[in-house]
Order: sequence, then structure tokens, then C-alpha cells
Amino acid sequence: MSIDTDPTPAADAPAPTRQLSHLRELESEGIHIIREAVSELERPVLLFSGGKDSVVMLHLALKAFWPGRVPFPVMHVDTGHNFPEVIAYRDRIVEKYGLRLVVSSVQDYIDDGRLLERADGTRNPLQTQPLLDAIAEHRFDAVFGGGRRDEEKARAKERVVSLRDEFGQWDPRNQRPELWTLYNPRHRPGEHVRVFPLSNWTELDVWRYIEAEGIELPDLYYAHDREVFARDGMWLATGPVVEPREGERVETRRVRYRTVGDMSCTGAVESDAATIADVITEVAATRITERGATRADDRLTEAAMEDRKKEGYF
Amino acid sequence: MASTSSATTATSPATLLRLATAGSVDDGKSTLVGRLLYDSKSVLTDQLDAVERVSRAKGLGHVDLALLTDGLRAEREQGITIDVAYRYFATANRTFILADCPGHVQYTRNTVTGSSTADVLVLLVDARNGVQEQTRRHLAVGQLLRVPTIVVAVNKMDLVDFDQATFNRVSTEVRAVASELGADAVHTIPVSALEGDNIVERSDRTPWYEGPSLLEFLENAPAGTEFADLPFRLPVQLSIRPQDAAPEFREYRGYAGQVATGVVRVGDPVVVLPAGRRTTVTAIDTADGPLTEAFAPQSVTLRLADPIDTTRGDLIAAASDAPEPTQDLSGLVAWLAEKPLRVGARVLVKHGTRTVQGIVREITGRLDLDALAPIPTDTLELNDIGRVTLRLAAPVAPDDYTVSRRTGSFLLIDPQTGGTLAAGMVRGFGAFDEAAEQAATVSWSI
Repeated sequence: MSIDTDPTPAADAPAPTRQLSHLRELESEGIHIIREAVSELERPVLLFSGGKDSVVMLHLALKAFWPGRVPFPVMHVDTGHNFPEVIAYRDRIVEKYGLRLVVSSVQDYIDDGRLLERADGTRNPLQTQPLLDAIAEHRFDAVFGGGRRDEEKARAKERVVSLRDEFGQWDPRNQRPELWTLYNPRHRPGEHVRVFPLSNWTELDVWRYIEAEGIELPDLYYAHDREVFARDGMWLATGPVVEPREGERVETRRVRYRTVGDMSCTGAVESDAATIADVITEVAATRITERGATRADDRLTEAAMEDRKKEGYF
Repeated sequence: MASTSSATTATSPATLLRLATAGSVDDGKSTLVGRLLYDSKSVLTDQLDAVERVSRAKGLGHVDLALLTDGLRAEREQGITIDVAYRYFATANRTFILADCPGHVQYTRNTVTGSSTADVLVLLVDARNGVQEQTRRHLAVGQLLRVPTIVVAVNKMDLVDFDQATFNRVSTEVRAVASELGADAVHTIPVSALEGDNIVERSDRTPWYEGPSLLEFLENAPAGTEFADLPFRLPVQLSIRPQDAAPEFREYRGYAGQVATGVVRVGDPVVVLPAGRRTTVTAIDTADGPLTEAFAPQSVTLRLADPIDTTRGDLIAAASDAPEPTQDLSGLVAWLAEKPLRVGARVLVKHGTRTVQGIVREITGRLDLDALAPIPTDTLELNDIGRVTLRLAAPVAPDDYTVSRRTGSFLLIDPQTGGTLAAGMVRGFGAFDEAAEQAATVSWSI
């Protein structure tokens, strides 16, 4: 894939200018951020769920160190309720690029009583403790996350390099100013930083980049037939994790997923978008955010994400 | 100003523009940002539903678009904006990153942060009030940070009956302050954020105004192109020596970084600073294949002709036009920490990819943003902008900030906590040419 530059600046410009397309500028920024964090800190790790944002982030990391290997492991906080095809995809990618995978399992915590299953069965909020324990156990000091500022209003205030205290907490009222492209990941022992290379990407940018780079994703991002039932205005997949309650009718619908998370709270949207180009057309025309459409956990309260982030969530 | 879309731009890939918005309290900034997002269809229905729900719950008679931009619980509870928020919207040929800088709490810290990466600073002025103290300060910070384009949206034109004389009077005031600050061109646009006049579409209620709407202006403003016209600079982030890679790469040795300014071509003579060793670029590598040239802000990996010792923190620069390494750094700093800065303080200085120890030798004074005059002082308090001289434990190779924002900026960092203390701008060293050097010696020119 060659670098596409803009050959035709504004008609009244005096001379041709060298200007990157917005996707290539975002790519370059992401690579720069990843290289900075890796150079300044000792023990980075990249959160890899098999979701599209983490896949794009890994793609940038592969580019950042080429022809060398990615010089850090990837970590998955497995809720135990993941889509089987996403786990299969995760394992395939890890093998393909010779990565080291660290898995932190919510199921283990539930089995030995360190965490209690929630009444609503949602496991997304339960990921925080296993995540923080794994960070402490492996002494990770830089944790790459695929969070984007356009996702959610608390995330709009997030830094590219964001400090977490020794309890993993985010203090949104006391963040470091982030100036020019001079990122500052320094911290005291016991603290760590979260690093978000895709901070300035939108959902549409992610999809356009996936198209431009020909990046493989789990199949469930594309339209397929699935047995689903309606709950809270979302289509949930029926299976061992989520059973329909009385009055909820299971039917086969043509759906796809806009986000990939815990099966208990991640809904599908009705869609015929079977290719990347179809998905881009659909995302460009949609009038509902991806979290609003497909994440029950973000609908709990107006500040659901802010509260989870303060505790140390992704 | 060219029209919004033309046959040539419609087919080329979209470019990225970074803008910052600032204004005094009640100038209608949140409404303006909400309007830009809403009219460019970047606000989605579930976000709007939430805003409508909260507006009703608060007993408001209208939908408060400001709620779109206040993200934190404390902000919504207190009805204030605490921190810079980033927003995203797009048109057919541009995507926009908007840093929304709150006006009243810590305005220096927020405006400095937003301005540091902005291609365009959008300032709001209430047409009824004209230029206020806060407007002067925001203009001063925008000029100090060398935001390439500053545009003043003269808002609430609906409340002055879209009166041309009022707009002209405010424009004249704005231009007077701008010229006092040495800002070349500050544009003014008459708008009503509440009713949408001249925000996206040109308004028929201002027939006397012949310029672009705000969005048209933003679509055509230069976006980072000035960096490619400067001499070549690449701060080395890390060296890539993949001993465990495929056999053909076992001997590979490259220097990875983002081109900060200028253009580099294969065969170009370069100098590695601060050591000052000269060599030649033999290859420009990316994961997508080799390039014959690279320009700012591309992330690349350079290979050099001579096996000279090059590591993170070094600066690769055009041999014909390289900055002078120095252990004495002089410049303006915006002090962003609660704890005051005093002479003798030990700090870390991050310039490019190089972090060195420093000691504050001298604090010459601070800048009074209202009078735009220096005031003698030996300490800097939170939100002060002051002139300091630092002695460094090892040299750095900076350019003058007025010439290059990318290689003339630095951070002061607390060696104990790692916290960011100040935004620094090199003034008076390493100018690209004599003219800039002369300008830089007038130490209190913004």
C-alpha cells in the first residue's frame, strides 16, 4: 500500500504542497505515539480483544517496529462470555505474528469467589479487577488501549497518555496538560499510564483504514444470519450466556456487530452490510453511536463510562 | 477564499485540520461548537436524545447544546466546563479535530494546550460587547503559541439586528489588538451560533458580508502545510535493530521517528545532533516499502551511510541548515503547576525525543497579558507566562519557536512526580535566519 498524498490542494494555492491524507496523518500520529511510549517506558502491553479498534492498534504497532517484531506482549481480559469466533480470531492473529498473549480471566475470579456474578449477568464491569491485577502482577507500566475520544463523552476528555494512580484510578479533574506532540509518560513507582494511539480516530476512520489496509476482522462484524431476540431495543444473540426471558421471542435475523464485547451485553444491529465497503456506507449514514446502539452497560447511567474509567477500566 | 467544494478537491483524499475554540463566559462557544457538530451531522440521535432528556429534567425551555460538550459528571452538576474536550466532525473533503477550550477556569492552561496543536484558533466575541479583557488574553495566547490562523467569530449578530456597523466596529477593535500583538492577519466573521447564520451556510441576513461562512473558512485554511517548508528535522525515537527478524534483516539498523519539519530525500547529507557527525541518508523505510522522500509529519525509519552511534534523543537535521546545540536554554514558559517556580529549581526538560536535567538559572519576568508588558518577578505562579533561562546537563539542538512550533517547543517536567510543569517556547536561540534571530532578541515581543 503506497502512501496516498493529496496532489490537488485548494485551487487558489500557489504551488503544490506536500500534505498527507487524513488517514495517513492519523496513522503516522498513532505510530509516533506507540514508539514514544515504548521508548520511554520499561514494560508495555497492548490490550487485544479481537475488536476492530484493538486490531487496528496492533496493525500500527506492527508497522511501528518493522522490520523488527512488536517488542511487547498483548493482553486479553477474557470475560468468559466472549464470542467463540472472536477468541478463535484472537488466537490466529497471535500465532500469525508470533506475539506473546497474556490472558486474564474473569471466569477464574468468579470461580474462586474473588468476584461475584452480577444479577443482570453483565460481565463488562467485572473486567476492571482482573485487568488491574494483571498490570500489577506483570508490572506493566504502559498499557495500550484502543479507546477513541469520539466514542463517549467521558472519553472526549481523555489524554493520549493518561496517568493511573497506584489503585489504577483515573482522576479526570486533575489531568496533565498535553502539549504539542511532546507526550509525557513519566510516573512514580506503582503508577502506570494508559496510552491511546487511536485517540483522534472516529469509527468511520477506523473502517476506512481497515479498507485501505485490507485488515482482516472477525466475521461477526459483517452481516450474517443469527438467532437473536430483542431486549432493551437491542438484538442479543441467544446461546449459553444469554437466555431469552419469558415473552422474548427468538428469531433469525440478518445482523452484524458494531462492537465486540461480552455476549451478555453486546447487541447486534440489523444489517445487510456484508463487505467493508457496505459497512462504511452504513456507518457513514447511521444516526446512532456505536455504544448507544450496542452496549447495554453504557446505558445504565449518564456517567456509566466515567465511573468505570475512574475505577481503572479500559 | 475558494468555494467549499470544487471539482478538484472533491475527488482528492480528505485532509485533517486541527482547530481550537476559545471564548469568554457566555459568548456562546458551546452553542457554536454544538452548532458545528449538529449542522455537520456529527451529533447522532442517541446523543441528542440524551441532551434533550437532561435539558427537560433541568427544566430548561430549550435544548442546551452545551450539554453535548460537557462530558464529566462534575461539569454537568456544576454547569461549568473543566477541561479541554476533543470533538470530531467531517465534511466531504476535510476532517476536523476540535479542541474545545473552556474559558473561565484555568483558561491559560486550557488555551495553551488547545493552541499548541491547532492549525486554526477560533475565538468568540459577543457582538454586543466587542473585545473584552478575556479576548485580548486569548488572542495573546494564540499569537504566543503561533497558531498559524486566527479567526474571530463575532457572535450573537441576531441580537444586534445583523448590523453591519456593529460588525465593522468589532472587527476594527480585533484588528487593533492583533496588530499590537504582531499577529499578521486575524479574520472576522459575523455569525449567530444560536440561529446558524454564517456557521455552515452563508446567511442572507448579512448581505453586506462577502466572506465565507465559518465552516467554509475552516475547509480552506492551511492545515499543517507550513511544517514541510522548513528545514529537515527528525528527532530519533528509537533505533531498530531486529536481531530476531528474518535473515535478510539481521544486519538492519534504522532510526525511527516522525519527520518534525521539512523534507528528506535518499542521498541527502544530514548531521546527527548534538554530536554533530555528518552522514548521508541511504534509505527511507516504512512497513509499506521504501520511499524516495519523506515529509512532515510522516513516521519513517531512516538508514544512514556511516555506522555512527545514533540513539533516542538525537536529532537528525539537514546538514546545510542545522540548529546549534546548546546547554543554555532561554525562552518563554507557561507555568501550569500549582507549586510556584523559583530560581534554582531542578527540572527535566523534554525537547523532541530528548529529556535532560536542567536547573533554572534566571526568571527575568512575567508577561502581563492585559497590558502586554513585562513585570519583573523571581517566581512564576500557576498560569503565569514568564521568561526563564535554564542550564542543561547535556545539550539540546532547538530551533526558535517563532520559526518552528515542532522543534522550538519543550516541556518542563517534575523529576519527583513525573508531572508536566510547563509549556516552553524557545526564544532567542537557533533561529533559522538572521531576521528571525533579530526578532527573537526583542525578548518581550510576543
